[in-house]
Amino acid sequence: MIINHPILGPRDAQEFVYLGDANLINRPDGMSAGIEAFHDYLYNRDNPAGEHRELWYHEQGDRSWLVVTRNTVTHEITKVELARDVARAGGRSK
Amino acid sequence: MSQSNRIAGGQIDRSQTFRFTFDGQAYAGHPGDTLASALLANGVRLMGRSFKYHRPRGPISAGSEEPNALVQLRSGARQEPNTRATVAELFDGLEATSQNAWPSLKFDAMAINDKLNTFFTAGFYYKTFMWPAAFWEKVYEPIIRRAAGLGALTKAEDPDEYDKGFAHCDLLVIGAGPAGLMAALTAGRAGARVILADEDFRMGGRLNAETFEIGAMAGADWAAGIVAELAALPNVRLMNRTTIVGAFDHGIYGAVERVSDHLAVPAAGKPRQTLWRIYSRRAILAGGATERPIAFENNDRPGVMLAGALRAYANRWGVAAGDRVAVFTNNDDGLRTARDLQAKGVNVAAVIDSRQGGDLLPGIRHLQGAQVVDSAGRLGLASVTVRLANGRTDTIACTALGVSGGWNPNVNITSHHRSRPEWREEIAAFVPGAGGPANLAAAGAAGGDLSTHGALASGQAQALAALESLGISAKASDLPQAEDAPIAISPLWFVHEGKGRAWIDPQNDVTVKDVKLAHKENFTSVEHLKRYTTLGMATDQGKTGNVLGLAVMAELTGQSIPATGTTIYRPPYTPVAMGTLAGRSRGKEFKPFRLTPSHKWASEQGAVFVEVGNWLRTQWVPKLGETTWRESVDREVLATRKSVGICDVTTLGKIDIQGTDAGAFLDRVYCNTFSTLAVGKCRYGLMLREDGMVFDDGTTARMGQNEFVMTTTTANAVTVFRHLEYCRQCLWPDMDVQLISTTEAWAQYSVAGPNARKLLQKLVDQDISDAAFPYMGAGNITIQGQRGRLFRISFSGELAYEIAVPTRYGDALIRKLVEAGKEFDAVVYGTEALGVMRIEKGHVAGGELNGQSTALNMGLGKMVSKKKDAIGMVLSSREGMNQPGGYRLVGVKPVDPKGSISAGSHFMEIGAPVELASDGGWLTAKVYSPHLGCDIALGYLKAGDQKIGRKMRAVNFLTKTDTEVEIVSPHFFDPEGERLRG
Repeated sequence: MIINHPILGPRDAQEFVYLGDANLINRPDGMSAGIEAFHDYLYNRDNPAGEHRELWYHEQGDRSWLVVTRNTVTHEITKVELARDVARAGGRSK
Repeated sequence: MSQSNRIAGGQIDRSQTFRFTFDGQAYAGHPGDTLASALLANGVRLMGRSFKYHRPRGPISAGSEEPNALVQLRSGARQEPNTRATVAELFDGLEATSQNAWPSLKFDAMAINDKLNTFFTAGFYYKTFMWPAAFWEKVYEPIIRRAAGLGALTKAEDPDEYDKGFAHCDLLVIGAGPAGLMAALTAGRAGARVILADEDFRMGGRLNAETFEIGAMAGADWAAGIVAELAALPNVRLMNRTTIVGAFDHGIYGAVERVSDHLAVPAAGKPRQTLWRIYSRRAILAGGATERPIAFENNDRPGVMLAGALRAYANRWGVAAGDRVAVFTNNDDGLRTARDLQAKGVNVAAVIDSRQGGDLLPGIRHLQGAQVVDSAGRLGLASVTVRLANGRTDTIACTALGVSGGWNPNVNITSHHRSRPEWREEIAAFVPGAGGPANLAAAGAAGGDLSTHGALASGQAQALAALESLGISAKASDLPQAEDAPIAISPLWFVHEGKGRAWIDPQNDVTVKDVKLAHKENFTSVEHLKRYTTLGMATDQGKTGNVLGLAVMAELTGQSIPATGTTIYRPPYTPVAMGTLAGRSRGKEFKPFRLTPSHKWASEQGAVFVEVGNWLRTQWVPKLGETTWRESVDREVLATRKSVGICDVTTLGKIDIQGTDAGAFLDRVYCNTFSTLAVGKCRYGLMLREDGMVFDDGTTARMGQNEFVMTTTTANAVTVFRHLEYCRQCLWPDMDVQLISTTEAWAQYSVAGPNARKLLQKLVDQDISDAAFPYMGAGNITIQGQRGRLFRISFSGELAYEIAVPTRYGDALIRKLVEAGKEFDAVVYGTEALGVMRIEKGHVAGGELNGQSTALNMGLGKMVSKKKDAIGMVLSSREGMNQPGGYRLVGVKPVDPKGSISAGSHFMEIGAPVELASDGGWLTAKVYSPHLGCDIALGYLKAGDQKIGRKMRAVNFLTKTDTEVEIVSPHFFDPEGERLRG
């Protein structure tokens, strides 16, 4: 597979490490959310046959975490974003 | 025998003769020959035995689809089994042997299987070897393994090298027949970066095997001219002897280039084979088509082959596969074989044409409406029995029979992303279906255009379409005149007459009868048919047999072929050697070692090394006269505790963390607090996973207000860094914090023992007295003017420091430390002594940081702060992980100090039955403590915190030990920690 890195351009997937569902970005606040919310966050995942947003880490590259939108059936990649941008767009800050 | 079957013509170099052997017998051939063509030229038809029935077999094809002629090439360490003689390029001195036959190819004792064929029918594995179950491993499987099977592996290490290659192109053209050449030419002339790959050593595809003309020249000459033009274009890369084995995602293709297979020994510095990863923007599959047979009784005798192969041997290699040949066909293409061989002066006994009507071939006995119903001949074809149109039978003597049941486009690669081929009625064959790999188009015969003109036209058209989509302008050129005959096929899959076996998949010995049996037993879907009969599951992946098998099933079920469907293909297109996939990643290069800065010095001292992840670390350093490792380790421990010891701890992960939010960031990633840490101090940190289990631990120092140095365990250095980047970028993107791994930037040594300070003060320029540099202090220092770092931290429980210098000074520093330590009788200790001392102190490490343990399990529950949010804080408070009776870290000693305990033992109450229900936990790590004079261990024991002082049993079934032990505090040595504050 080739991942079109938003900064570095097309890179072979061998350079990356896969983590999983990009929903991992949406970590609840530990001081206000309880066990139930964390349980849901950590363990409950969708497993779609089709479009999936997922986290990839450019370990053999510039260490960017990316959100890759990939079709799990065809492996077509339709969007690649910096995870930091996605996190900020979702309201995450400090 | 001296090339008795060699006839005029062909693309071989007769000016040169190659000598080779087959089963010890010497033969001659020429450059341009394959092993199969050379053997046929020498009158050798018998080249192998079949997998199951051990039937005598000869080649049926002249290409990579070959199911029968599998031989062993070379000898010694280069011996290579299961090689197809039809694609093995002949070289001088080639040694080939037959396989799967004993004692000889001509008399194979296992041919008894053939007589037992009623026993070995479809599904025989499932039916026969069911009972008793205990017999499977001991009796049935060894018998089957011995009886069946193919060639044997040499046990010697392969002396050759294999490479990996990476190539990029605008257009990859797969196959260099007329379609591929035309596509490559069109794109090459337009200036596109083109790779043209072909599995053959000679480009041209079927043009080399046919007598067709293109323009006014022989097809093979036209091909050679185009290849020469392409070779002169700097933007075109020609890769012959290169098989595209798979289509992967996003235009990536795998290819195997047989760089040196055609040589006895690879040239100096050259690999045997190269596995290429080709990155293409567009690709054209021009892989041609494969002829399929018609099944009839005893159609597997050596001498029965595909009509196109018979023709190829005559036209390309100047070989008549027999002195008297016949052809059995259901289409016009088969007639070409008869015409070509007749033109070459070969005696054509008859053409048996299953179709009625049409023109009769002049000067040949052309039997229309006839079928071959049986064959005869021991170890090779002698005659065929023909059912004539008038109902009578005739026996026709012949030593070669060319069979043509039509041509199957080589759709394989289009299926690699699960696209299903579609049936095209007018050519009675499957063509590439929709949904194949993106940006891949088929041209020529692979796409169903079976005429030469069709190939040229579609090759050009597909290249133009690809170029246009890439925005590269190109123009169509006038196509040369070429053959454009209709296919004229009237499908005939198998001859219905006869009670004997008619082979469909000759390599796996699948016959029409087996398909009928599968049908009778209701295994009618193509996927069941395949698995029940093993149709197409041999090394040839059913290139000649698959479509035939499912056509037979279609007829039996009364369904059409498209309704019956087809199985699809997976990579690789042809078998790939394991060595090719491994490339240079073998032996030492499979997992290269990382060496610490003291490695050279330690080697000079005769240190024993141990693999720790990718690192090699000093395990212990034996002194003269020491005969066991324990002697060395005990000495290192005692000397360290008595005076001072030095240990290389460079392998621990080191991460520089800087930024105005660095302290706040550490509070989030460690379960304990770091933002309150004073500058110039360090603190032990415990890192949890989000699920509340302990992830890693280490010491982190605050070097400045916004500057920390974190250490991680050796094992987790990479994953901790990845995790920190994840936290920084994904969870808290606006935190001002920067990370960089400095594991390899700093050489770091632990200096431990009562005299550690005295030793270091000799080297460090600054005052490091207890007042100036107290316990858990950290700071930048200089060592005789050279910058370094000092941390007053201890893993051994002694007064200890870790001193760090830039890696390039690591060798100098170890030598200086040892020199300066002489007056203190300093020792250098390895990982074993390190382990002894950390267990004496009850510090957790690998055995306890097992990914299933919480801070509470480790006796560190109080470290988890509830006052701040941190990874793992919430879920570590789950009820199940906080049960009072849960596992707790304990120390263990044998009741009898001479008693031996073993790591991995399980705790049992004394008197309780030794069974799972009594299991109270396990010993995670054990050492001999020279200080205490007995074995000591750490372990996780249920409610261990309430069992201090209790006697239990430590039971280990693996080491067969059962020792009475006392549960004690994990802090065996200096529990108050007075020594490290000294």
